[in-house]
Amino acid sequence: MSVFEYAPAPESRSIVDIAPSYGLFIDGEFVDGTGESFKTVNPATEEVLTEVSSASDADVDRAVRAARRAFEKTWGPMRPADRGKYLFRIARLLQERAREFAVLESLDNGKPIRESRDVDVPLAAAHFFYYAGWADKLDHVGLGTQPRPLGVAGQVIPWNFPLLMLAWKVAPALAAGNTVVLKPAETTPLSALLFAEICRQADLPAGVVNIVTGAGDTGRAVVEHGDVDKVAFTGSTEVGRSIARAVAGTSKKLTLELGGKAANIVFDDAPIDQAVEGIVQGIFFNQGHVCCAGSRLLVQESIHDEVIASLQRRIGTLRVGDPLDKNTDIGAINSAEQLARIRELSDIGEAEGANRWQPACELPDRGFWFPPTVFTDVSPAHRIARDEVFGPVLSVLTFRTPDEAVAKANNSTYGLSAGIWSEKGSRILQIANQLRAGVVWANTFNKFDPTSPFGGYKQSGYGREGGRHGLAAYLKGADQ
Amino acid sequence: MTHVLDPDALPGATPAVHAPLPPYDDVTRSDSAFRAFLHGLPGVDQVGAEARAAQLGTRSIKTTSKAWAIDMAISMVDLTTLEGADTPGKVRSLAAKAKQPDPGDPTTPKVAAVCVYGDLAGVARDALAGTGIHVAAVATAFPSGRASRAVKIADVRDAVENGADEIDMVIDRGAFLTGRYLEVYEEIVAVREACARPGKDPAHLKVILETGELKTLDNVRRASWIAMLAGGDFIKTSTGKVNPAATLPVGLVMLEAVRDFRIATGRQIGFKPAGGIKTTKDAVKHLVMINETVGPDWLDPDWFRFGASSLLNDLLLQRQKLRTGHYSGPDYVTVD
Repeated sequence: MSVFEYAPAPESRSIVDIAPSYGLFIDGEFVDGTGESFKTVNPATEEVLTEVSSASDADVDRAVRAARRAFEKTWGPMRPADRGKYLFRIARLLQERAREFAVLESLDNGKPIRESRDVDVPLAAAHFFYYAGWADKLDHVGLGTQPRPLGVAGQVIPWNFPLLMLAWKVAPALAAGNTVVLKPAETTPLSALLFAEICRQADLPAGVVNIVTGAGDTGRAVVEHGDVDKVAFTGSTEVGRSIARAVAGTSKKLTLELGGKAANIVFDDAPIDQAVEGIVQGIFFNQGHVCCAGSRLLVQESIHDEVIASLQRRIGTLRVGDPLDKNTDIGAINSAEQLARIRELSDIGEAEGANRWQPACELPDRGFWFPPTVFTDVSPAHRIARDEVFGPVLSVLTFRTPDEAVAKANNSTYGLSAGIWSEKGSRILQIANQLRAGVVWANTFNKFDPTSPFGGYKQSGYGREGGRHGLAAYLKGADQ
Repeated sequence: MTHVLDPDALPGATPAVHAPLPPYDDVTRSDSAFRAFLHGLPGVDQVGAEARAAQLGTRSIKTTSKAWAIDMAISMVDLTTLEGADTPGKVRSLAAKAKQPDPGDPTTPKVAAVCVYGDLAGVARDALAGTGIHVAAVATAFPSGRASRAVKIADVRDAVENGADEIDMVIDRGAFLTGRYLEVYEEIVAVREACARPGKDPAHLKVILETGELKTLDNVRRASWIAMLAGGDFIKTSTGKVNPAATLPVGLVMLEAVRDFRIATGRQIGFKPAGGIKTTKDAVKHLVMINETVGPDWLDPDWFRFGASSLLNDLLLQRQKLRTGHYSGPDYVTVD
């Protein structure tokens, strides 16, 4: 207990109106789904927020047909500059209603308002602004003159960044002239439904964006629908594999953004205080529910003790609790299912001989919570050094030489991201070139920008989102 | 109060350089050893430090914690006047305000110290006698520090004799920026010795780094370590005469320095940001930064001060606002 206790500073939830039930958004209208409806809960309190329709195969078919019509009749033939205007309008509306989105996202997902307010929502708007600018400049994407859209994109997104992942998928697809059928995650459908409202507010032509809520079956119906030209998925490697199988042998284009087990490499010449911040940001941002989380800390043996002491001191100041409190650093785990997985893998880590450390921190009685956790004495053979935990759990390994750091960093079935900490520029460049990871951060971690492509090696998937590269996934050149 | 500026008249004109505390007792053995030590401190990534400082600045401090923070901040103010136009009357008026910052509310805490030029330290001492409020005086050819060492030492002795129990010295930035680190160190050691008071504890020494002239955060970290190794009681950001003065990233790096120094040596050093902190919001951000960087041990006027003049009135206005529920105006706090 400090003499300086921060009084609760909750963001008001009265800014959002949550209806008692929600339908699907198809062809510009909110309609009831014909599948069974399901409840979405606030993971911080287990309070039921609302009921949401589940889209059946027939509903998904209606959505795809609406998207096809819009592609052929309105969005496809529209002047590219006019498509850009709609995207700019959506971006501005996201900014105007930013607080509403932030509160809703924190309620449905459990992430701290500080992050939804400062990261998720502004970045989502930034993606729309960025791709709006591309809409009439597609000749410069690098696919020759007048590249053509693919048609209808079926998009399935995860629960960790519900609105941001929607923006990553929808903005480039629309800018390139495609129409979309998007399925948000079962546990976090609400911000996508609020986005549907924004589409109406922006007068986006009917059918350009369709939102179908539901669980795995709905996602399968989207992916397997015969009239979908493009499938984009972000989520687990397991589901990604089954999607790749389902799409195999069809003409559908596919991009997959899957799991990760990123190495965050700290050399002995690192700026230690900033590296400690980067380690914290790398693994505890969004409760560690981040596919590119820096979940494997590789620290040079000569500074191991100093870094770990500093890291533990810093973790002791993290504030775990009410996601709507503006001073909360770590919010709730998104679901009971995910919490069970984090517990299971942590218990395995302990059983395999790694040392578990957690700060003294009080967790709320209700809701799904897991304290920030550090495992030291982890060996590359331990499961917590190999499996994606997708939670606030850091595994610490050591290395002695740069070669060993590279070998250990690359010794993973994943390859989404990595981090390097050193004050020596030449070392950073040399190591970065040897890492098999889609994104390599130097002296920072978990920084995102719409201009920068993002994607993985190996089991982390294929295709790139963001930047000019992100448009290529939604376009075909003259020879295709 | 007059001194003959004759170096030969000063005892210990070539002061013995005292070794720093273990485990650093050998780092000042030579110029090259000291340089190697200072350049071997972990680097500071400016972008990362700025991001961390900005993040700390987003803490939302409301209601009871805001009330606590305002009173704590008032009790940490070194109420300062450092003008060429300063007079005994001005200093007495400031001393009166230091004792009773808000005449309309006697529960308002008094400030920590009054900070003046050395020649007026006696006026401040007389006006503050018996209050427990400290008398701080700037010395060593403040603010530029461009004078011979003998002049600086004389300046310090003069201020101490006049009644200052805290000395705010400036380091030799010229020497620092040309890499003569041992010279900077030796000068601080010499000033510390000049802070001696017969029959009493020596005057507290605050070492001003003038971070606005050092420019890089690596320099700020190195200068902090020089000052701490040389036996300064406080490290202080700025004179208030150079912009930028006390920024949050600079404060963060200096707090990390005092934190690391205590872990290594067991000795706690105080921190004083000065210059540019004008609003309650700024002050609260600093308190949050202390709380989350070095911890509550530093949340005490013995270990943390604000060097400020206009800050106090904003703290008082915010204090009134919390009590009454509405904002008043500049006529509801006193002019200095």
